[in-house]
Amino acid sequence: MLSFSEQLPIVFNSLNVGFLQTLKLFLVTLAGSIPLGLIISFGSMSRFKPISAFSKTLVWVVRGTPLMIQLLIVYYFPGLVLHNPIWGGDESGRFFAAAVAFILNYACYFSEIYRGGIQGVPLGQQEAGQVLGLSKTQIFFKITLLQMIKRIVPPMSNEIITLVKDTSLARIIALQEIIWAGQSFMKGSQGISGQIWPLFFTGVYYLVFSGILTVLFNKVEKKLDYFKT
Amino acid sequence: MALLEVKNICKSFGKTEVLKGIDFSIEKGEALSIIGSSGSGKTTLLRCLNFLETSDSGTITVDGEILFDGAENIKLSDDKIRKNRLNFGLVFQNFNLFPQYTVLKNLTLAPTLLKKGDSATIEAKAKEIIKKVGLEDKVDFYPCQLSGGQQQRVAIARALMLSPKILCFDEPTSALDPELTGEVLRVIRELKDENTTMIIVTHEMNFAKNVSDKVIFMADGVIEEMGPPEQIFDNPQSKRLQEFLYSSLNK
Repeated sequence: MLSFSEQLPIVFNSLNVGFLQTLKLFLVTLAGSIPLGLIISFGSMSRFKPISAFSKTLVWVVRGTPLMIQLLIVYYFPGLVLHNPIWGGDESGRFFAAAVAFILNYACYFSEIYRGGIQGVPLGQQEAGQVLGLSKTQIFFKITLLQMIKRIVPPMSNEIITLVKDTSLARIIALQEIIWAGQSFMKGSQGISGQIWPLFFTGVYYLVFSGILTVLFNKVEKKLDYFKT
Repeated sequence: MALLEVKNICKSFGKTEVLKGIDFSIEKGEALSIIGSSGSGKTTLLRCLNFLETSDSGTITVDGEILFDGAENIKLSDDKIRKNRLNFGLVFQNFNLFPQYTVLKNLTLAPTLLKKGDSATIEAKAKEIIKKVGLEDKVDFYPCQLSGGQQQRVAIARALMLSPKILCFDEPTSALDPELTGEVLRVIRELKDENTTMIIVTHEMNFAKNVSDKVIFMADGVIEEMGPPEQIFDNPQSKRLQEFLYSSLNK
């Protein structure tokens, strides 16, 4: 049996490796879902009925079912039902599957926040752009976008901090993120077993990380304080 | 030839007929005021001219070029609509300045995006125009730092940047505190003195009387009476105009 001081470096090493995977999933999810959410929100605002119906149904299904089930379906459906295991059985395969499920899930939540943000910008702003002869694209990028961003920073930061903790759901498909790493010392790993404190300690990682994000979002909010909408 | 010729413009929203055949024309350098009670179609008429709404029928001709012909029954392309809009400038009741940009950037944004010259030329023009509306010391301010009257003067300057052939005002002083209307009306009057062609929808009867060459009184989607200001205000013919003037004088 290793002494506590002998356990420490082994545990922290494992947790750090796990956290890196958590961080990777977090960043990849944001990178994918922030733009995809915009496409879905344009879809649900589209005047072309089939597109808006599709987008709204997608948002309904994704928001109406647990993310955990979505992870299981994305990971197992191709192999078990279609007999075409596209993800492969290794860690990188599990990561891809998790990333796809997370991106889709968060894109749907983001799309609704975007929609609220875009529709919250007064119509007069768009019309002012129109009478100045600007195109729809110019109006969106040069006039609407920043005003929308200002409006969505608080709800987005809320959602993004939820994402930090939601990444732990990926262990349902055995992705080796930080909770998985902490848990491994209960069953036994690297000469340590029956220890629950590493699992509890993962909470500190989440807390510090969401603390950093909170500071960051406050900065963004302050930065956009110079104008009023 | 008239600079702007409007014939038989009709516009309905669903079953509500808002414009029921509007005809008028204005010459270059003329100021036309449109008066009438709320819901008479004044704003909708301005929005049709600026192609924020598409008329259901009729024609709009500027400088001999037919911008819109309802008889052709084709949907105008986005490009065509954008080109048409540039014949007109529109100053809104609620200013609609871009809050995230400084006064200067509000003025230079559209000409820059539309590639109306290099940035130095555009900026020089902006500074000249902002001086004309008396706000040269506010170029680096954001809209939220300005009073309503100042914001509206910036909005007028912004519309002037694209040198529209016809400048339209949609109740430019209605959202302002009474003590701030003067500075805005003064700017409009100066534009009139420089022979800017203007269409002004307004509730300021005295101003309309003094600044206009021609006044239109609208009621229920039609032009009830049209004529020089002396006739409209001092010798109104129709009963509705008489009632309208009586009630606005006694407000």
